[in-house]
Amino acid sequence: MSAVIDSHGTSHGHDDHHDHGAPAGLMRWVTTTNHKDIGSMYLWFSFVMFLVGGVMALTIRAELFQPGLQIVRPEFFNTMTTYHGLIMVFGAIMPAFVGFANYLIPLMIGAPDMAFPRMNNWSFWLLPPAAILLIGSFFAPGGAAGVGWTMYAPLTSQMGPGMDLTIFAVHILGMSSIMGSINIVTTILNMRCPGMTLMKMPMFVWTWLITAYLLIATMPVLAGAVTMTLTDRHFGTSFFNAAGGGDPVLYQHIFWFFGHPEVYIIAIPAFGVVSQVIPAFSRKPLFGYASMVYATSSIAILSFIVWAHHMYTVGMPVAGQLYYMYATMLIAVPTGVKVFNWVATMWKGSLSFETPMLFALGFLFLFTLGGFTGLVLSMTPVDVQLHDTYYVVAHFHYVMVAGALFSAFAGVYYWLPKWTGRMYDETLGKWHFWLSIIFFNVTFFVQHFLGLAGMPRRIPDYHTQFTEFNVISSIGAFGFGLSQLLFLYIVLKALRSGEKAADKQWDGADTLEWTHLPTPMPYHTFENPPTIK
Amino acid sequence: MSSTTPTHNYYLPEPSHYPVVGSVALLLMLGGMALWFNGLAFGQWSTLAGLAVLIYMMKIWFGKVIEESEGGLYTKRVDVSFRWSMGWFIFSEVMFFAAFFGALFYARLYSVPELGAVDQKLLWPEFNSAWPTAGPNAMDAFTPMGAWGVPAINTLLLLTSGVTLTVAHFGMLENNRGKLNLWLGLTIALGVIFLGFQAYEYSHAYSELNLKLTSGIYGTTFYLLTGFHGFHVTVGTIMLIVVWVRCLKGHFTADHHFAFEGVAWYWHFVDVVWLFLFIFVYWF
Repeated sequence: MSAVIDSHGTSHGHDDHHDHGAPAGLMRWVTTTNHKDIGSMYLWFSFVMFLVGGVMALTIRAELFQPGLQIVRPEFFNTMTTYHGLIMVFGAIMPAFVGFANYLIPLMIGAPDMAFPRMNNWSFWLLPPAAILLIGSFFAPGGAAGVGWTMYAPLTSQMGPGMDLTIFAVHILGMSSIMGSINIVTTILNMRCPGMTLMKMPMFVWTWLITAYLLIATMPVLAGAVTMTLTDRHFGTSFFNAAGGGDPVLYQHIFWFFGHPEVYIIAIPAFGVVSQVIPAFSRKPLFGYASMVYATSSIAILSFIVWAHHMYTVGMPVAGQLYYMYATMLIAVPTGVKVFNWVATMWKGSLSFETPMLFALGFLFLFTLGGFTGLVLSMTPVDVQLHDTYYVVAHFHYVMVAGALFSAFAGVYYWLPKWTGRMYDETLGKWHFWLSIIFFNVTFFVQHFLGLAGMPRRIPDYHTQFTEFNVISSIGAFGFGLSQLLFLYIVLKALRSGEKAADKQWDGADTLEWTHLPTPMPYHTFENPPTIK
Repeated sequence: MSSTTPTHNYYLPEPSHYPVVGSVALLLMLGGMALWFNGLAFGQWSTLAGLAVLIYMMKIWFGKVIEESEGGLYTKRVDVSFRWSMGWFIFSEVMFFAAFFGALFYARLYSVPELGAVDQKLLWPEFNSAWPTAGPNAMDAFTPMGAWGVPAINTLLLLTSGVTLTVAHFGMLENNRGKLNLWLGLTIALGVIFLGFQAYEYSHAYSELNLKLTSGIYGTTFYLLTGFHGFHVTVGTIMLIVVWVRCLKGHFTADHHFAFEGVAWYWHFVDVVWLFLFIFVYWF
């Protein structure tokens, strides 16, 4: 093994041009064109945003701890639900997976870096201005926009200047995503090492190829939607104004044409991470690799033709409701293929349960549960009852938190030894997992019951009959939030005093970064591409 | 695309401060616009300052790219990267226009007929839901823009510019620089004339047809669709001028001129968008 690593991994001669003349300190990070630096910055940025969005979530749960208005005004409560959603989706989860993509794709396909390193830097450094605009909207006259993360018209037409700051933040985030995605697609299509055919790529790379395609196709549509909102607000256009011949429902169509693929933009890279972690800890190759590729592609294509299942209650012909219902249910088929393949990968495997595997299994159980509640919601007559209730909130938090976030944790624990050269504390990692999964379920499982009983979402007060479940949910939320500080401690502890990690820390890991590169990795890798047979 | 060309001599740039300059520019510009649109005079200056910084950033960044390209740093592999990325960028632009065409089709097929339906008669008894319309609450009448005046001439101009650009490309491939420079210059001239006609059309619409941005859903879709298209023609024309100046300076060779091809792809894309505009906004 070490012979392989020596012949390909360690870099020769001219790889050290970062050493002379390159800026040090803060400017190293501002000006870097190295995919590993940029990947790290994405991951740290997303963690900071995760804490910001988390504080907003805890504000919501604190207010909902008991009925009546205690802590915040209703208007402020609305801004909390709005920016919690926007920050978690665009600031935390998406950048986290782009961070994984930046760090790992060049390593996994044996490329020296991303295709466009300078543009890669810009994709990241567009995020801080967007975060400044988003958070800055809280200081605008009239405060931030309390419109919900979906930014539905006509409410958006009635908000103050904070709405405009948010609109421009979305524009910048869109630019960042489009540039990042073009970079990822180009890297995957053009930078693979000799022998790395498309169907030999690690599953994580495949999932990002598909995700990047979804991003390039949908982020411009979101940009169009918020641009229409902007011109309706300030220049007298009538896109969403019925008096001028437009329609507020038009906004919902355009938004969800972006919004439904967005769900898969978040979920598909999570599938990719899990598809690396489960085989590694089962010590078996991924079961049904080709069917995984086709299933993921099918999910991506179907995601474009089901958007109006978010809008059953706005008024739609019965034929439309039937179409969207059946098309949505169809997505359960490729998703079922994926879940089956993950389970089949473990079948008769030599399993071990280190922290990455625990989070991957947590993902597998709870994401599947979120998928099932999604299937429940896809049925029009059921959805008409449950629309805008806590059942929906529970559903998408099972997908977003126990799905995407747990997968991101699995990825961090899995690759941290490779990235930093140091191991995390396995005992504390397991504590983090068990605290997270227990408190997650305490927080969100009861919300199914609240929704079924009719509690509406995005409302700061509620009828006293909902009190017990809300108390439980709030306790769970604070437990979950505090558990994430343990995660920060684990990462910092690993960086400071973790044990030295091996070149191939996990027995079952079979991608190039484990088999062909030393730990810790040199600053530049694969300047001479390896050859895959 | 093919896995046979090696990546080991793939050009990786040094650390660069251009991106962060661009980020500061966008923060100043878009933050400024948010203030400006809400009546804070300071916002104007912030927007202008941001725009100036953005133009400066593009000048130094693209200048560096041209320098690297002429310095022979871009191998065949890098060239292929440029091709993929330009293609995907144009796809993202297609989706941006798709949102606005979607709004047009939705208004014409759903929202306007719905507003004229029987169950809306109580609210809007007078409303005739025929296209073009400024909606049930229209304040004053307007005349829609006809297809067979200036727009038809503009169609001809853009289609011709596609041909002249192709002739210029043949000049490049044949190493005939005179032909290249002449026909590329003609393409730019056609683009500028198109923009002139477009400006005239807008002023005609405002002064004589009473067709304004505020003229309900017709004015909204008309100005936003033609306006974003006009913006893209402007950007395309600027890119063509840059490529033309580079041609005059003797840049590019018969087998290394992706800047030219990329701009040509973009120009043809803008051309195709115009054809859809001509059919669905002006004609039918």
